[in-house]
Amino acid sequence: MNPANDFRGFVRPDGRVGVRNHVLIVPTVICAAVVAERIAAAISPHGAVLPHLAGCGQLGPDLHTTHQTLAAYCGHPNVGAVLVVALGCEQVVAQTLADTARRAGKPAMVVAIQSEGGTVRTTSRGIEYANRLVEAAVAERTSCDASSLILSVKCGGSDYTSGLAANPVLGRVADRIVSLGGAVVIGEIAEIMGAEHLLAARATTPATSSQLLRVIDRVEFEARTLGLDIRGTQPSPGNIRGGLTTIEEKSLGATQKAGERTPLRDVVGYSQPVARGGLTVMDTPGLDVESVTGMVGGGAQVVVFTTGLGTPTGNPIAPVIKITGNARTAQSMADNIDLDVSGVIGADEAIDAAADRLFAAVLDVCSGEATAAERLGHTEFAIHRRNPTI
Amino acid sequence: MNSALRVSATDNVATALEDLAPGSLIDVGGEQVVIAERIPRGHKLALRAIAAGESIVKYGSPIGAATVDIAPGVHVHVHNVASARGRGDLPAPTAAEAGMPAPRIAEPDDVLAAAPFRDGR
Repeated sequence: MNPANDFRGFVRPDGRVGVRNHVLIVPTVICAAVVAERIAAAISPHGAVLPHLAGCGQLGPDLHTTHQTLAAYCGHPNVGAVLVVALGCEQVVAQTLADTARRAGKPAMVVAIQSEGGTVRTTSRGIEYANRLVEAAVAERTSCDASSLILSVKCGGSDYTSGLAANPVLGRVADRIVSLGGAVVIGEIAEIMGAEHLLAARATTPATSSQLLRVIDRVEFEARTLGLDIRGTQPSPGNIRGGLTTIEEKSLGATQKAGERTPLRDVVGYSQPVARGGLTVMDTPGLDVESVTGMVGGGAQVVVFTTGLGTPTGNPIAPVIKITGNARTAQSMADNIDLDVSGVIGADEAIDAAADRLFAAVLDVCSGEATAAERLGHTEFAIHRRNPTI
Repeated sequence: MNSALRVSATDNVATALEDLAPGSLIDVGGEQVVIAERIPRGHKLALRAIAAGESIVKYGSPIGAATVDIAPGVHVHVHNVASARGRGDLPAPTAAEAGMPAPRIAEPDDVLAAAPFRDGR
């Protein structure tokens, strides 16, 4: 084991490796969100919370996605213990979420607003439980190697520098993590459109290749059945001001962040478990927060997020590292940016040298160093939904 | 630092790395191009003449098609390039293209069998 590829993480009872040790407060439904937030605030800085808009009034696939996502976070290796905050009459089942955490070897408790008897009693009982969970979750970091990592790669607020600097640099790091036995997940199906031939050529089976093409076709089919032109949002108005002309151009720049050599192992649904080793494409929308939420649900412990125009997005349980190839953004949004790789564009810095810096930063963050998003308290969370609320 | 960058040798556009003024002569990987109009930093310029309908190539892959003839040194962006993807505004695919079974034309007997009129009307 090469110490240069090591970090200090939390080895969980189920064998997965975490890079954070949060006590996760999970509301089953929007109706329990405020109580959950108050409980989390009371155990700051240990509490992470997943306020969301769903959990009831949902049918079929959307209900499944909500349940799947919340359960995935309860079992996630960046979480040391779980408190589920229920209302009592909702669709999402509190006990199922707690059981998912327990199956992963984590202490888990449930508190419910209707049975506890209102906001005040539930909040105080929840804080009492949460404090017990903080003690139960105490854990030591030990030496872990990069093969245990699932890296989520993401870009947002892209401009011309994204495809010329930040994404190629991140791609080298993706290649490196996969070559060390780790895994990489990329989402944003619409932003693979126009570059799918490059990923399909790296599929490990014909079935995986045709699965990728099928999810991309679905986006075009949805646009057509709705009679809508995705140029209204892809590229976004900011992308166009930044010099990006078409979705194909955006995708060809964006897909570079998944590396040049990573084998495409699997194509999975939103928040579904990511394959060990190699690259997984996850069916997520392009909207940054929904995309990151799903990839962390899939098991990514750390996210590297490239941006040209700058954006603050974080996540409740996974560190999100921001890198930019735009020197102006690195200065104008300095509090949001972790790494400036703008030297790559003017050839002042070799891509490989910038990739070495990024790889070292990823390992430092996995060992506990706070990202800009963590320091600023950015904990955005949004579960993807397709259908109307009933 | 070069004033414009071509990513792949087959690209017919380059990205301006600084604002480029009309009339200036720039060198892109050994090719000389005279800038025909203002090109904002981060935007693309044509490296050679591109005919209407021809692919715009960047990163070695097509990123859309020219909607008009584009001369060398001209700004290449949303005003003279059209994407080919996600175009729900273009004619919808047939059911067969969408992988759906072709609709079956019901015979009058089928309809009556499915919903018989009890009062004979």
